[in-house]
Amino acid sequence: MELLYASCVGILVSCGVFLILRSRTFPVVLGLTMFSYAVNLFLFSSGRLSLNQAAVLGYSSEYADPLPQALVLTAIVIGFAMTAFVVILAIRGRVDLGSDHVDGQLPNKGSNKNKDKNKKVKI
Amino acid sequence: MMQNLSFLPILLPMLAGVILLMPPFCNNKTSRRITSVVLSTVTFLVSLALLLKVQADGTQVYAIGDWSAPFGIVLVADPLSTLLVCLTTLLGLVCALYASAGDDEKGSFFHPLIHFLILGVNGAFLTGDAFNLFVFFEVLLIASYSLLMHGGDKRNTRAALQYVIMNLVGSAIFLIGLGVLYGVLGTLNMADMAQKVALLQGDDVYLAKIGGLLLLVVFALKGALLPLHLWLPNTYATAMPVVAALFAIMTKVGVYSMMRVYTLIFGDEAGELTHMAQSWLWWLALATIAMGAVGVLASKDLRKLVANLVIVSVGTLVTLVAVQTIEASAAAIYYLVHSTLVTAALFLLADLIGRQRGEVADHISAGPPVAQPKLLGFLFLVAAIAVIGMPPLSGFIGKVWLLKATLNAEYTFVFWPLYLLASLAILLAVSKAGSTVFWHHHDTHTQSAEQARVHPAQLMALLILICGAPLMSIFAGPLSEYAIGAASQLHDFDNNIKIILAGGQ
Repeated sequence: MELLYASCVGILVSCGVFLILRSRTFPVVLGLTMFSYAVNLFLFSSGRLSLNQAAVLGYSSEYADPLPQALVLTAIVIGFAMTAFVVILAIRGRVDLGSDHVDGQLPNKGSNKNKDKNKKVKI
Repeated sequence: MMQNLSFLPILLPMLAGVILLMPPFCNNKTSRRITSVVLSTVTFLVSLALLLKVQADGTQVYAIGDWSAPFGIVLVADPLSTLLVCLTTLLGLVCALYASAGDDEKGSFFHPLIHFLILGVNGAFLTGDAFNLFVFFEVLLIASYSLLMHGGDKRNTRAALQYVIMNLVGSAIFLIGLGVLYGVLGTLNMADMAQKVALLQGDDVYLAKIGGLLLLVVFALKGALLPLHLWLPNTYATAMPVVAALFAIMTKVGVYSMMRVYTLIFGDEAGELTHMAQSWLWWLALATIAMGAVGVLASKDLRKLVANLVIVSVGTLVTLVAVQTIEASAAAIYYLVHSTLVTAALFLLADLIGRQRGEVADHISAGPPVAQPKLLGFLFLVAAIAVIGMPPLSGFIGKVWLLKATLNAEYTFVFWPLYLLASLAILLAVSKAGSTVFWHHHDTHTQSAEQARVHPAQLMALLILICGAPLMSIFAGPLSEYAIGAASQLHDFDNNIKIILAGGQ
């Protein structure tokens, strides 16, 4: 179970980081969401993984740590609000700047051909 | 009432924010402004009362919901955190007052957002629980996102988007760091963590180190330390100046968290992890000072100049945090108060100067003369002397003190020349900016420049901040005694643990 859990978190983090490093806002938002899923799973596991253990005293012989569960709830709520905010902000950026690039405009590609194309379009 | 005093600096801004969203105030701008300023004044006075109480009775520990220390969340009002709470609420008052001259009309909900931001900052200063620190970080961040967008244009949207994405990644890393530390230490109360770190053995030591250094990444991002400082100049220069002035305290939240975490948890008594972040902090801070000084020299407008001054001040503060002696921390506390006040004042001044120069705005180039050269020129002179660190104002005392405090540090021979060169760069850049803005002008009076005379509310807000510099130098004796007291309490490991873990029972 530990291996499966850890590789889940690992894959989510690597996908998230890859997407965050993209230049358009939509993949970045997706990446942030994946990253926060991974973080939530990771936080949950910080109380150790265990089966059939209640978080309340007296319901089972061994009990699970209730604190990480509370932490995850808080983190989910905060992460949800922040994602909603960044989605709205990305839409506003698209409207205000006319492009969904995180820098607000497409960078000129290195080759001369592209530069010429851009110039023509501008004219 | 008195026993709940340490909670009021968090509760009052929250209530103020909610009250300002409610009917009589949400549609009448005059009553909203008056209420906002009055409520900020009340919050400031309550913080002062807390300061006096802490000075009289020692550190106040408040257990929220009466859950005692290692299990529940505690608020710790010690001399350092209370001083910073006072500074924050003062800054909030000044910004509410300044914005009442018209800036708050450029978007909606300015005043409630200011109070929510103060709620977050005060909470981050007062809390004694690491996860609670994360929650208050998020509270202040969401308020800052909205304030950053307030009355903004296109440039502003771009800066805000980058700022938000950076900080969301930062929050995720913060949670990972906390998860690692909780998994290893089994507690989130900072005092309890400090106790348990010393007992770690085997592989757990490395896990705790990873967790601690992940937290360093987050604090460096909030505090704008070198590789993670790139968001700051753009963000601060495109935000409304009154918002940027309020943000002057936000980098200090990062520095304060470093002070707490790397002095208390990973400080003198942390077993194998003693001073683990020190070498990182020291070199990164020096690089930050250098980058900030280059940025100051390269700045083309006043607001960007001030934003780069913020970076230099962060570098200086983190250097002092890295030295980890009582004297260095005391100097850091004095310098922190001074630099917050003076950079906030400079942001507001840049705004006033920009308004009176028509289209040139706050660009450092020849343009139409300002409408009130004597008033603004004098205020700029005072602020400039303070920020450069020339006698007789507070900057000079701070500078001498911090040079003296780093005298015995390991790599002082790098810090002293670098810092003095950076000061020289600041001196050059600020005096060039001042002389260009006030003396090099075309003699064409524009109509718009005539209209934008300084509003009394703006002037009063600015005077409160500027007066800080001479006052901090006149009352340097009591202030430095207070700073030394606060610093020695910060470094008094056993006493801290005893007070916090026994508190609230």
